[in-house]
Amino acid sequence: MSKILITVKVNGRTEEKAVEPRTLLIHFLREELNLTGAHIGCETSHCGACTVDIDGQSVKSCTHLAVQCDGSEVLTVEGLASKGVLHAVQEGFYKEHGLQCGFCTPGMLMRAYRFLQENPNPSEDEIRHGMAGNLCRCTGYQNIVKAVQYAAKKLQEPVSA
Amino acid sequence: MIPPRFEYHAPRSVGEAVALLGKLGPDAKLLAGGHSLLPMMKLRFAQPEHLIDINRIPELRGIKEAGDTVVIGAMTSENELIKSSIIQARVPLLADAAKMIADPQVRNRGTIGGDIAHGDPGNDHPALAIAVEASFVLEGPKGRRTVAADGFFLGTYMTLLEEDEVMCEIHVPAFAKGTGWAYEKLKRKTGDWATAGCAVVMRRNGDTISHVRIALTNVAPAALRANAAETSLLNQPLSAATLQAAADAATAICDPAEDLRGDIEYKTAMAGEMVKRALSKAWARCA
Repeated sequence: MSKILITVKVNGRTEEKAVEPRTLLIHFLREELNLTGAHIGCETSHCGACTVDIDGQSVKSCTHLAVQCDGSEVLTVEGLASKGVLHAVQEGFYKEHGLQCGFCTPGMLMRAYRFLQENPNPSEDEIRHGMAGNLCRCTGYQNIVKAVQYAAKKLQEPVSA
Repeated sequence: MIPPRFEYHAPRSVGEAVALLGKLGPDAKLLAGGHSLLPMMKLRFAQPEHLIDINRIPELRGIKEAGDTVVIGAMTSENELIKSSIIQARVPLLADAAKMIADPQVRNRGTIGGDIAHGDPGNDHPALAIAVEASFVLEGPKGRRTVAADGFFLGTYMTLLEEDEVMCEIHVPAFAKGTGWAYEKLKRKTGDWATAGCAVVMRRNGDTISHVRIALTNVAPAALRANAAETSLLNQPLSAATLQAAADAATAICDPAEDLRGDIEYKTAMAGEMVKRALSKAWARCA
């Protein structure tokens, strides 16, 4: 089975690679591009640890083929911080203790990043529903909700010059 | 887990996809949202030699109105259904029910057409399609044909869709003014399939029911239309007695499979409960 040449922009960088059609996006990111932030959890699209952003939508990269991303823009957790400054969602998880073992965190951060663009000023209930595709086995979710609330507030502050 | 090897095809039109299906035969599968097929391939429950990815076919997407019919492209995602002002205004049941399917990420990928064509009794759109009296536009080598949702679902993973056909559109008659509707789904957690589910569409004439459709999710090898339950309610008011009679008639046709969601007796009882809740909610929404 022949490989297929794909061009994908990942975290702003254009990557051109030949991939086997069966290569899942999560394996492409981790093994071809050495971006090991997105984690392999359940592998059946339930846990959300592999969540990345494709063309402005949250997607579980364990259930998406790399060839399907030809021409797409992908953002992973490695692309969140800018010039050494954490993104507001990363700062929120850090400040509010939104993680314990950290395995689910990259997926949580990527979902929170997109969710807060879909709904910049969410209620607690909306956060719980918006983050429902990401499972955490440690925290009990309370601090994850607080972390998203922290980020929502921070993102709405006027940007200082 | 990595799926078995396959050849990948990405046609740009329905015609191309149909031609590929004809050429490649039963070794080919269509790839829609992929959230049923790819997990099945990882587990080797499905091992197609060719995947025909229909995500790059623009004519399969979008929601539009054609008179009193809402035309939904088969590759429309669950989140697009939820956000659609046309769906919200004309068939609000579909927007409301889609929120109960899977989770936010999966709803970005999962499609209404894939959910219907897959023929999994756990999927929600089959019962919804029966309740809203939808019909499906299927394109094959001999052209297009339209089939009603009622009668489309034959058994687990078996539908009237032929191996060389592509599901193109879902046609839904817009709800008449005053239509009541509900989808009640008992599930253990976010993302789970229904332990039992019930879709209802209802219209009232004064104090009695003039039209009702009742369809059940995941309590038989395929979605069920509860005909006898519907008949029992016609020209009746909704009361404790008529509600119980309808639930009894609906549970009489249930044939669920025992699994971790419950045994046969429990699932059948829960189907009856979902019927009662959905009927009550739809009745209250009737104007």
